[in-house]
Amino acid sequence: MAALEIFVNDRKVACESGATVLQACRAAGVNLPTLCHFKGLSEVGACRLCLVELEGSPRLAAACTLHVAPNQRIRTDTERLRRYRRMTVELLFSERNHVCSVCSANGDCELQELGYAVGMDHVRFPFLNPICNLDASKSEFAIDHNRCVLCTRCVRVCAEVEGAHNWDVQGRGFLSRIVSDLNQPWAESTTCTTCGKCIDVCPVGALWPKHKAQGQFEKRPEFVSELIAKRGRGRP
Amino acid sequence: MSKKRIATVWLGGCSGCHMSLLDIDERILEVAKLADIVKSPVVDVKECPEVDICLVEGAVYAREHLEELEHLRKSSRVLVALGDCAVNGNVPAMRNRVGLQAALERAYRAFETGDGAGPVPSVGVTALLERVTPLHAHVKVDYFLPGCPPSADLIHFVLVELLHDRVPDLASGAKLKYG
Ligand code: SF4
Ligand code: SF4
Ligand code: FES
Repeated sequence: MAALEIFVNDRKVACESGATVLQACRAAGVNLPTLCHFKGLSEVGACRLCLVELEGSPRLAAACTLHVAPNQRIRTDTERLRRYRRMTVELLFSERNHVCSVCSANGDCELQELGYAVGMDHVRFPFLNPICNLDASKSEFAIDHNRCVLCTRCVRVCAEVEGAHNWDVQGRGFLSRIVSDLNQPWAESTTCTTCGKCIDVCPVGALWPKHKAQGQFEKRPEFVSELIAKRGRGRP
Repeated sequence: MSKKRIATVWLGGCSGCHMSLLDIDERILEVAKLADIVKSPVVDVKECPEVDICLVEGAVYAREHLEELEHLRKSSRVLVALGDCAVNGNVPAMRNRVGLQAALERAYRAFETGDGAGPVPSVGVTALLERVTPLHAHVKVDYFLPGCPPSADLIHFVLVELLHDRVPDLASGAKLKYG
């Protein structure tokens, strides 16, 4: 692939055409917060945490879905971006029911880490406390929609890596829910192979193995990344 | 430097944050040199006097919490939300998604081993609010200490900073912990 140069925070960064701005930034050691991005899966630009400023454009762009272009000028750490990132994390916390103290992912949760990274000491928005279900029908795993951040990593890993496509998204906006098959109990799914990949890529405490209680569950997202790399099918 | 006055108050929480405060162990002596604890669950004072620093544990889930919180705000120079319940509602706020009546029914009548007839206590108990809320939904909060509970080290750090009239830097990564 042809090499080209972009400017990240005024620093010249060499990258390959076809790369995303997120890939270019990470390769250059510039960290960007991400949530829906998962190395090896397709990009959906859903969480808006990787927003960057693009010179010449009034709009912010998601670095995970923006492709590099010659002499593009990107800013990753402005006052405006920091403000929006903190707001985005707070909105994620306020939208569902996050009770870290009794959550399976407590201490190993990407949403908690994002909160710490943006300096979130409290949530300024009112908590919406929606009614969300928990599907514990399956003997091995459970899904708790109270914790789901709709990153769709589970949907993508199931469709793109396992090839089963058990998961999908139903509804719109605030009412969106992850569904198993055609919104049936997970135990009745005819597509789920019980491989557990969705459990390992879920960034929060929405998917977990039932034999693990609060704070006991250690995720292994790197296992899925390795698998994708070994199969050579996923994106770099 | 004249001695400062501290209050620690327990609203809708489990007292775990106060246990964590006690876990500062012998460092309480250092705090005691700089300040008097004039109100706390172990100091028998009903109404909070004027204080420099007020640590408030727990969410607001009853009318009396709300009244007390409003009084605390008026009588405190610096008000600190101590722990997840005070900061975000935490476990007490889990009933918000079903509503107060459904939560009471579930607790007193419709539980697996119950006969379904038990009365829901209403005499001599505090009147519950429909929604459970964090402190900052009602009053201005100066500092937020999330954690269930916040560590003794964090509580000690904040107390010492405030007692020396410094601004505790809480938002910087390593200090924050939820759950
Ligand atoms: S998913 Fe993460 S942020 Fe949400 S309650 Fe669980 S540990 Fe907390
Ligand atoms: S269940 Fe987990 S992986 Fe799936 S969309 Fe929700 S947060 Fe993302
Ligand atoms: S990581 Fe880019 S939008 Fe989620």
